[in-house]
Amino acid sequence: MQRDLSVLTSLTVTAGRDKSGRGEEQDIVFRPGEISALLGPTGSGKSRFLSDIESIANGDTPTGRKLLLDGVAPDSDKRFSLQGRLVAQLSQNMNFVLDMKVLDFIVTHAQSRGVPDAPEAAARVLDVANRLAGEPFEAQNHLAQLSGGQSRALMIADTALLSWSPVILIDEIENAGVDKRSALELLVKSDKIVVIATHDPVLALSADRRLVFQNGGVKGKFQRTAREAELLGALLEMELKISTIREALRSGIAPTLNLL
Amino acid sequence: MRLITVAGPPSCGKTSLIIKSCIHLMAGGISCAVVKFDCLKSRDDVLYAEANIPVSVVLSGGLCPDHFFATNLEEAFGWASKSQCCVIETAGLCNRCSPHIKGLLAVCVVDNLMGIDAPEKIGPMLQMADLVAITKGDLVSQAEREVYRHRIRQMNRRAVIRHVNGLTGQGCMDLAAIMAEAPSVETVTDMKLRFPMPAAICSYCLSERRIGSKYQKGNVRKATFGKTPCSAI
Repeated sequence: MQRDLSVLTSLTVTAGRDKSGRGEEQDIVFRPGEISALLGPTGSGKSRFLSDIESIANGDTPTGRKLLLDGVAPDSDKRFSLQGRLVAQLSQNMNFVLDMKVLDFIVTHAQSRGVPDAPEAAARVLDVANRLAGEPFEAQNHLAQLSGGQSRALMIADTALLSWSPVILIDEIENAGVDKRSALELLVKSDKIVVIATHDPVLALSADRRLVFQNGGVKGKFQRTAREAELLGALLEMELKISTIREALRSGIAPTLNLL
Repeated sequence: MRLITVAGPPSCGKTSLIIKSCIHLMAGGISCAVVKFDCLKSRDDVLYAEANIPVSVVLSGGLCPDHFFATNLEEAFGWASKSQCCVIETAGLCNRCSPHIKGLLAVCVVDNLMGIDAPEKIGPMLQMADLVAITKGDLVSQAEREVYRHRIRQMNRRAVIRHVNGLTGQGCMDLAAIMAEAPSVETVTDMKLRFPMPAAICSYCLSERRIGSKYQKGNVRKATFGKTPCSAI
């Protein structure tokens, strides 16, 4: 029961209708290892879209969309066993609420997944998390002692390597204090379907394609072009400069204009 | 009438979840009524009324709230019988009680902030539920959600488990769909609780306030201290 989704090769959200009942133009197909960004103002329909995925919509939600797994609508047994588990979530509001040591907790998570060598798997998660985090932490640290950035890094590494869910939804991690590019690479390498809801231009352009929402429906679908990839490169350079200035300030060095 | 029992620890989101689900049921043409069993004070009638859901709040006061629930169920059923779907909300305050009834849909609500050992501590309210709704998942890590779910599954092999957001209502449509299929009954008379309620009848049931063995009569059990307890159920 736990393994049958590791072979998911595509997830399709069929065209539904927006808030005025107007039909969407096309089905949206998601594939593992691919990043999609959802863009649009609050109330434009991003959350509705995501909850259609999460609830395995079957024409029974206000949008009338249907979810297909590998091109087929899942039967009621499969729907039942998947519901609530298709999508893993990562967001800025999330915290570890447990009072446990980092390693012990990740081992517990690995055991709950039935991983054969849980301590080994947990050590790998910690190692990856430490590469994402700005400042490293110890296996014996308590979860509650981790900084915001360290927590986020651990959540990302754990979700990528241990989560059962084939789809990962990332909500607003732009200011989370982690290396977001490496985080995305990690998730893509773990063969997850990655969906990011964001307002951040760097994250939006890091996606292979963008879905733009308006009035409750998908209004446009944009594949990243070569010129946009160039723009992304330029934006990343700007971010690097900003972080150089931040580091200078943090270490007590007076930053100068020529850092730009 | 379809009768549904919803139980869960205080402040885990029962009321929000019931309101959001009833709104979906009513939008689908199913009339709802809610009976809330509470202890000392409740302002939930205002919340239900704001959502146009007929509600009756009853307070157990000095009585054990779960015994109070069992002794008033027939009357509650009678009050709600004009509606097609009646939800009974109770607080399983000591985590030992289970208001669930054989042959009716039994829902248990727990939240993700209770810690991953909570499913073991909750007892028959969770173990005997048909549907377990988990709230506040948006505040904790994916890993904690998954471990928590796993622990719930260990305690209850057959229940449907759903993540629900009581604030945004995410997941409530799914819940409403399950509630719309709940068994329908003509009466609750002669139906049976799934699990016996805690026994009592000692001097403290009869308003004794003094501490000391010499004041204790009736069903009194003395604990052994300094030893690891085995399961009490």
